[in-house]
Amino acid sequence: MPDIQAHVNDFVLKLKRRKIEGSQATARQTAELLRAVVSHQRLPYTNQALALLDAVRDVGEQLIAANPVELAVGNIVRRVLHIIREEDLTSVASAVDGLGLSTNSDDDDNFEHDDHPILSAAAVAATARSTLRAPSLQTLLEGLPESASAPRPSSSGGDSEGKSKSAERKKLKHDVIEAINELIQDIETCHEQISEQAVGLIHQNEVILTLGRSKTVKEFLFAANEKKRSFRVFIAEGAPRYQGHVLAKELVAKGLQTTVITDSAVFAMISRVNMVIVGAHAIMANGGVIAPVGINMVALAAQRHAVPFVVVAGTHKLCPLYPHNPEVLLNDLQCPSDLLDFGEFSDCMDFSTSGGSPLLHVVNPAFDFIPSKLVSLFVTDTGGHSPSYMYRLIADYYSTDDFVVERRIKS
Amino acid sequence: MDSRRLPRTVIDPKVRHVGFFTSGDPPPARSLSVPAETGASALSPVGLPSPPPTAELSLTGNSLPAAMTPPKRHASAEGIHSLVRAAASSTPITAHGVQSPRRRDGIQISIGSYNPSEPNALSQVLSPSSSRFEGTEFSDETAASAWLKRTGSGKEAGSFFGSSSDLMMSIESNATTPFRSALTTVSVVKTLPEVTGKDGGASIETLNEGTGTVISVQKTTKAERRAIQEGQRAAKAATKEAVKGGKSGGGAPGNTKQAKGAAPLYQKKDGHQDTAVASERRTDRNPDKDRKKDVPQPSMQFDDRTRVEKAKKRAVVSQREVRNRVELFRHLPQYEHGPQLPYLESKFFHLGHIHPSVYKVGLQYLTGSSTGGNARCKEMLLGFRDAILDYSTPPEKTLVRDLTSKINSFVSFLIECRPLSVSMGNAIRFLKSRIVKLQPNLSESEAKSNLISDIDHFINEKIVIADQVIVHHAITKIRNGDVLLTHGYSTVVEMILVQAHELGKQFRVVVIDSRPKLEGKTLLRKLVMNGLKCTYTHINAISYIMHEVTRVFLGASAVLSNGTVYSRVGAACVAMVAHSFRIPVLICCEAYKFHERVLIDSICSNELGDPDVISHVHEREELNHLQNWSHKENLQLLNLVYDATPSDYVSMIVTEHGMIPPTSVPVIFREYGRDQLLFF
Repeated sequence: MPDIQAHVNDFVLKLKRRKIEGSQATARQTAELLRAVVSHQRLPYTNQALALLDAVRDVGEQLIAANPVELAVGNIVRRVLHIIREEDLTSVASAVDGLGLSTNSDDDDNFEHDDHPILSAAAVAATARSTLRAPSLQTLLEGLPESASAPRPSSSGGDSEGKSKSAERKKLKHDVIEAINELIQDIETCHEQISEQAVGLIHQNEVILTLGRSKTVKEFLFAANEKKRSFRVFIAEGAPRYQGHVLAKELVAKGLQTTVITDSAVFAMISRVNMVIVGAHAIMANGGVIAPVGINMVALAAQRHAVPFVVVAGTHKLCPLYPHNPEVLLNDLQCPSDLLDFGEFSDCMDFSTSGGSPLLHVVNPAFDFIPSKLVSLFVTDTGGHSPSYMYRLIADYYSTDDFVVERRIKS
Repeated sequence: MDSRRLPRTVIDPKVRHVGFFTSGDPPPARSLSVPAETGASALSPVGLPSPPPTAELSLTGNSLPAAMTPPKRHASAEGIHSLVRAAASSTPITAHGVQSPRRRDGIQISIGSYNPSEPNALSQVLSPSSSRFEGTEFSDETAASAWLKRTGSGKEAGSFFGSSSDLMMSIESNATTPFRSALTTVSVVKTLPEVTGKDGGASIETLNEGTGTVISVQKTTKAERRAIQEGQRAAKAATKEAVKGGKSGGGAPGNTKQAKGAAPLYQKKDGHQDTAVASERRTDRNPDKDRKKDVPQPSMQFDDRTRVEKAKKRAVVSQREVRNRVELFRHLPQYEHGPQLPYLESKFFHLGHIHPSVYKVGLQYLTGSSTGGNARCKEMLLGFRDAILDYSTPPEKTLVRDLTSKINSFVSFLIECRPLSVSMGNAIRFLKSRIVKLQPNLSESEAKSNLISDIDHFINEKIVIADQVIVHHAITKIRNGDVLLTHGYSTVVEMILVQAHELGKQFRVVVIDSRPKLEGKTLLRKLVMNGLKCTYTHINAISYIMHEVTRVFLGASAVLSNGTVYSRVGAACVAMVAHSFRIPVLICCEAYKFHERVLIDSICSNELGDPDVISHVHEREELNHLQNWSHKENLQLLNLVYDATPSDYVSMIVTEHGMIPPTSVPVIFREYGRDQLLFF
């Protein structure tokens, strides 16, 4: 445990110092850390799942508190919690199945026997959901949604505890780690899965506008380019980080027709653009998007000219929270020196120090919130979705119990 | 007529210039691309893949009746001097016959005057010939050496170069002939075949069709050489040709100009003896421009190659093309101004016709040291004022005509430095209408003082007082506790904010800035100096900061009659976001910036800035990712200067005539436009 705590502290520090760039890297590292937490967690004889949940939640809370704006951390913590619950359910189900076979002859266990089909059905439904297959009609008919949901794991954990063998106890941890590995792999390959859809969305001679630089957007455009689609890209440079220049460089190296424009020229140019493709920082449950600063302006301009506004993002950016005042509460204010050279304005700032309250205030937010009505389409690694569908996608990946990680701990 | 002109052309500084440059000096920087263009277009009928409109070529060809003379010169180069004389004597006749612009036959004669003196110097013979078709400005750069040295700044230059060497291969006469013929074809291409038909019809032989025309030039030469007495006949042929050209090309845009130009030019022929030839050439090209301006006409479209070629021939400022154009903006002038300054400075003494203070204003535009509609307009008017102060009417000329043409030449110089803003266009119109309306019985000094007081009046009333009135109006819209947002740097908005602060209103200012000019910093500095509370941010953060804002104040470069506000790029974004947050947008704009044109997007009419500033992020070297990438073919950098804000984003336009909704802009024209000197 202590070595894990050291890792956790290290990661927390990195998050606090905003050392980790990009939500994909953050998500992957969070998942790896949580995998370590799970593997190092000593499981008690009873209530294994609960112990795991507690441990993950404990670490997760620290991580989320380290950088509440980096929603990918919270997303991954919730995903891992969800994984534990589901694995617990399936292991219980299998255990109960095995048990059911053995206890079928016993008549005194009738109550439990009645319970089993429900449980197994729920577990099947859960696995079906986790593998993103539509639940079959039969499971829909048999499975009671209530049984699949929240309070079950702890009770079933306790339930199964009495009956499961020691091998199955190990199996839960193993399954959870396996599932987390899958999650990590998903995060790593999300770009490929997203960019597979590029050809279906980009036609010949398309004019695409993007702002700043997103790795997902880059891969998306590359994929379309590799399929011999010829299109041109307008890149708004994305002040104050000017990552658009980097993206332009990368696209030019791949032979794409690229035009770099200033951010202020977005409105002027958007009337000649066929599609806006941007990356996101996080997708909220209501379909709103938190994206690098400036994108709301692009979205408004796109709406004005009825240009499709497409957000490409991996599912690890799906956040189950409904935002309240996201422009302020989920934003990061960065160093003013990006905008203004202090040396240049030191003479002006001297006035302010003599006058008491500062005269000059420099605002440099990192993110914009784009309301869902401005978004035409989300392209995630599971396919294209409309903003109104986001809540449902979230239900696939998270359990409602985990939506608020912190309160759970306090209570 | 000939005897009168000959000495003048000899003293022509341009011609002397030519001789100087051909003597082996490296060609000036601007010769890099401009002759390349003409050369390429000239050669394209010579079987090149690049297809410029041949109509254009034919037009220029037709407009130059003296096109036959180069062959004669070639002949002279080969040793027969008397032919040159014949050519020289014949050309004025032909030119006279078709009433061609004088500058052309003037140069023709310069050729005649040159050749006797140095009959064997091929390069010197060459250079006047090039000066003939490229206009006066380029006379210095067309030595064969210059053509060879040009390594091609663009594709066209490259193709030309290659083709010229092809020609060298294919023609087995002496080595310089291809160049000469290449040069002459610029104007001769269409005219010559027919001439050949008359004079040396059987001349086109084994060579392919493309080079055939070029060869025909030479053949004509031979034909001429064979029969000296045919000079007269050839002149007739050329005359016919030109007349025909004038008829046939009447509909084409290029030729109409030529045709229009011919009449006023001819009228002026009598009074020119004393003025410098260079300035004379300039001025007498301008009345046709003037005429065009009277008719409201769309601004020059730079994808119209005919007109671009013509504009280039006229240009003083070297206009190097941007390497990677943005396809959407082909119709706009795309020139790099950066490296031109030293060149233009060195050129100072050759531009005698441009008044020094106008020249200074032009340089300021070019370097970008004066920006902003008001400042530019004021500077231009003050430059004109100085020019008018120093002006004296040349004898046998009327002040009205000559001054108008002088102003026109100034304006075209300023346009070359930087495209005019609407405010400047209006001011120029005002000034010209004033000149035209001068009482003919006024003495020169009276007229001048009238004009100067008019200019002062315009600056005072339309700019200074108008600003004060606007400030007075706009301040009423500022309440205590307001958070006012502005973008970039508008002098009127600055005055409003500072005066409102001085009146003791309690408010805060948000300054939005945008690359590449970062004009907001200038405003921020001034506001902070005045003790206003300011928030500074960049344009991307506009949606963040807009939550706090209660009013948006923006300046404008122009307000168009459909209510569209044409303003510094970024203003449209600001207005859009403000609109989406239901925050009123007030545009502060003097009425002299109103224009009756309409615009619905920012693409049809705009100005392109220097693309290199896009790749260069100021003061932050670590961010200059594109530093050495601008030459990549796939990468285009687009630096728009203006954008058009749709009228529905604008809540109110504050002018000196009051505060109006954007729908009422045409009312301002109707009510004030006519009486208020804006439009007559």
